[in-house]
Amino acid sequence: MSTPVRDPEALPRLGWTLLALVLLWPLLRLTDFRPAALFEAGNLQAMGHFLGGFLPPETAPEFLAMLARATVETLAMATAGIALSMLLAVPLGLLMTRSLSISRLGPGRGGWVGQILRGLARGVLAVLRGVPELVWALLFVRVFGLGAAAGVLALGITYGGMLGKVYGEILESTDARPARILLEAGSGRLAALCYGLLPNAAQELVSYTVYRWECAVRASVVMGFVGAGGLGQLMDQSMKMLNGGEAASILATFLVLVLAADGLSGFLRRRLA
Amino acid sequence: MRAGISLGALLAVALLLAAVGASFAFLDMPLGALFTGSAANEAADFVKRFFPPDTSVDFLAKVAWAALETLAISLLSTLLAVLLAAGLALPAAGRQGWLAGQVARFSLNLLRSVPELVWATLMVLAAGLGPFAGTLALALHTTGVLGRLFAEALENTPAAPAEALVSSGAPALATFLYGTLPLVAPQWLAYALYRWEMNIRMAAILGFVGAGGLGAQLYYSLSLFHEAEASTVILAMLMMAVVVDGVSAWLRRTSA
Repeated sequence: MSTPVRDPEALPRLGWTLLALVLLWPLLRLTDFRPAALFEAGNLQAMGHFLGGFLPPETAPEFLAMLARATVETLAMATAGIALSMLLAVPLGLLMTRSLSISRLGPGRGGWVGQILRGLARGVLAVLRGVPELVWALLFVRVFGLGAAAGVLALGITYGGMLGKVYGEILESTDARPARILLEAGSGRLAALCYGLLPNAAQELVSYTVYRWECAVRASVVMGFVGAGGLGQLMDQSMKMLNGGEAASILATFLVLVLAADGLSGFLRRRLA
Repeated sequence: MRAGISLGALLAVALLLAAVGASFAFLDMPLGALFTGSAANEAADFVKRFFPPDTSVDFLAKVAWAALETLAISLLSTLLAVLLAAGLALPAAGRQGWLAGQVARFSLNLLRSVPELVWATLMVLAAGLGPFAGTLALALHTTGVLGRLFAEALENTPAAPAEALVSSGAPALATFLYGTLPLVAPQWLAYALYRWEMNIRMAAILGFVGAGGLGAQLYYSLSLFHEAEASTVILAMLMMAVVVDGVSAWLRRTSA
């Protein structure tokens, strides 16, 4: 008697694992995967020198003042960016919402004008959020020069696309019957939105917007790397000069800022729930 | 239902408006200047230089290769992150004692709070320019995100199957593989796929700091003022985003 089979799934699993390993090879080649590069003398020295500079972090008063200014600028960029994105997200998101379509009342698929408009809104939103905010920032820096303005506009556009799509989805996934009844009784779309959809959807909408603000804080930190102001720009400069002490202070500020934004957004969303 | 508007809500709205106003005031945004004639002309000139996109065969091949590289970076970094995250999620879920749990949690938080792009600048220093640095950077950040999600999934799994195995004498590895993993695997997989989707997007822009992929190509083209080439790369990024969006939506619909 042979030993009893322990796991009938073992053989197929082994096969899939082997197949995955075979497919892994081209990936490793494509990404130039050489862990040895981490330990090459030149790289080790550069990294060691840089990390060695981390301690002690830079605490000169002028630098700290600059850091504080950059931090406030980062927060302001995120807030202004979200505010701008609303200008895009709210109208396009509403346009996308099928529950607010009057021509869809009753049987049938609804009017073709509405369908085309909804498709257009969907397409515009997809393009807005399809191009990453960093690319927008890179482009805007070339038009408006270095500084926060490029970052705010980039955030406004990308987040407009994201928020618009999600607003539309949230509005469509809430119970459509109240709005439908209002529309059928002859009320306008705005009234149907305010009294039919928003009471059920408002909490989720606000909660998602707060969450996006938190993401925007993180994004505006990063945006500085292409020259769009805030903490990232400061970080980029310190990294280019391989100034470990400054980089350490900035990184610590990053972490505190992100954790604080995390905490604030979590607190606000719990209050809303 | 409550009637009227509470004082708290009014206060919150007022605070919100004040924050937005203060932000715009602090940034000193030249919003008015955006809509003046000369600025509009300049912007229009700038946009015109992006058309038509460069469609020479040579350049298209280059972009296709960069897109493939981007895809490889995202896939490999997500795979690495899944392995690392699984390794850190077990202690982080409190399975190896309190101290290990705190250490794992702290490292996950640290990995997660440093943005991908900052990791990328550090990794470019550590591993040299190129896609390898991008892969490492994405893997590190994704480990932080996935580790936390994996640990949460572990904590919410019923412990009964694992306990049954342990009390009948199974070793730790077998207990995990047959008692816990089957329960969390679908959720872990869903999280990993979701992060992969995000990493494709991210891999496309890591190149801005020298970490390979489509971003590197875009950065070169823009730095050399080859706007036609840049617009081809942006179109490629857009296509990739739309395809990824479509595929993931389709997968979610069919698997739901």
